[in-house]
Formats: sequence, C-alpha cells, structure tokens
Amino acid sequence: MNGNANDLRTPLKRARGWGSAKDGTHHFIWQRITAVATGLTGLWLLGMVLSLRTADYTVVHALVADPVNATALVAFLLGMFWHARLGLQVIIEDYVHTPLTGAVAQLAVLFICALAAIASVLAVLRIALGS
Amino acid sequence: MVTSIIHRATGVILSVGALALVYGLLALAGGPARWNAFAICLGSPLGKLLMFGFSWALAYHLINGIRHLLQDGGLGFAIPDFIRSSWISIIGSVVLTVLAWGMVLTRWGQA
Repeated sequence: MNGNANDLRTPLKRARGWGSAKDGTHHFIWQRITAVATGLTGLWLLGMVLSLRTADYTVVHALVADPVNATALVAFLLGMFWHARLGLQVIIEDYVHTPLTGAVAQLAVLFICALAAIASVLAVLRIALGS
Repeated sequence: MVTSIIHRATGVILSVGALALVYGLLALAGGPARWNAFAICLGSPLGKLLMFGFSWALAYHLINGIRHLLQDGGLGFAIPDFIRSSWISIIGSVVLTVLAWGMVLTRWGQA
C-alpha cells in the first residue's frame, strides 16, 4: 500500500493511528471493553467463590452448574483470556526486541490463551449440561 | 510509574493463575476423584501461599484497572491526583486482600 504511486495520502496520514502494535486504536479499545467485561463478570465470580463454605465436589459442581453462574463464568473466561492476550501482547511488544523471539512469543501467548479459553469453556459446558 | 509496572506484573501473575483456574474447572468436569486431587493441591501450604499472592495481584489489578479506566475518561490527570490515586491502588489492594481472607477464614471456621 505504501509503495502505491496512486496513493494521494500524505505520509503522516498513512502513519497516523498505527503505533507500535501496527493495529491502530482497535487494540486499545478492545483492551478497555474486555477490561470492563472481565471486571463485572469477575466480581460476580468473586461473590460466588467467597460464598463457598466447603470445597465439597457436589456443592462446587452444583454452584458452577447453576445457569446464571455458568453464563457469568463463560463470559468471564472469554473476556478474561482475550484481555490477557491483549495485555501480554503489549508487554512482549515493549520488552522483546528481536523479531523472531517476539513473533514466537506472540504466537505462544495467542495459542495458550485460545486453548485455555476453549478448554475451560468446554469444562463449564460439561458441568452445566451434566454429561 | 511504579503503579504502571506493578499493573503489568500483576497482569502476568493473573495470566499464569488463570491457568490454575482452567485446571480447576477441568478437574471439576472430570469427576470427584480429579476434583479432590485439585482441592488437596489448593489446600496445601504452598497452594494457600500461592492463592494468597494471587488474591493480592487480583485486588491490585482490579483497583488499579478501575483507576486506569477513570483516567481514560479524563479524570485525575493532575500530578497530585495521580499520586494520591496510586496510593489508593497500593493500600486499597492490601486492605481488600486482608478483608477477603478474613471473611474466608471466618466462614471456613479457621479463625
């Protein structure tokens, strides 16, 4: 795009908003959205965990299987792992200065967060749907 | 400055701790035997210590995160406000952690 002779935009216009993440303000905005989502659903889960008086399997299982709690938990897991990925991405961008190591670290973070989200959501579904 | 670094550090700690949450949910989905193994892990002295550290990281990241969101909204940008609110993050997170553990230990009959 940069080498296009028909591009009438000034160099400043082309560069504006891209930053070190090469992704404009999209990253910034989603970091805030997932922060609010994680905070709200996280407070619900905190109340859930603090309400426990025992670690007994049937009690905890029933607590997680409750439809409202399971919904909050799935929302929390998706928002939180997305937020974790965005945050760790910025930390790697800021502190890892070798392109190859950086790329490998970014891929590892992305894959681990995605797998963790998939595994935990499947676990909650299995508990809530009782199979 | 310091609060910003701690926000990142606690973020990394919470990311690692989130994997323990995944382990816990998988254990709960896997049946009583696996859940009990997980509960024994958490109940061990090392497990309790990690949970305590994790809870402080959570309290700090939560309070400081709300502070950052307010600053995104343009609040508290003057330097004295900035320094005062950073003390709220640091002291508030310790107070919140102690309160939460006081509540847990009382309810579980250990205090």
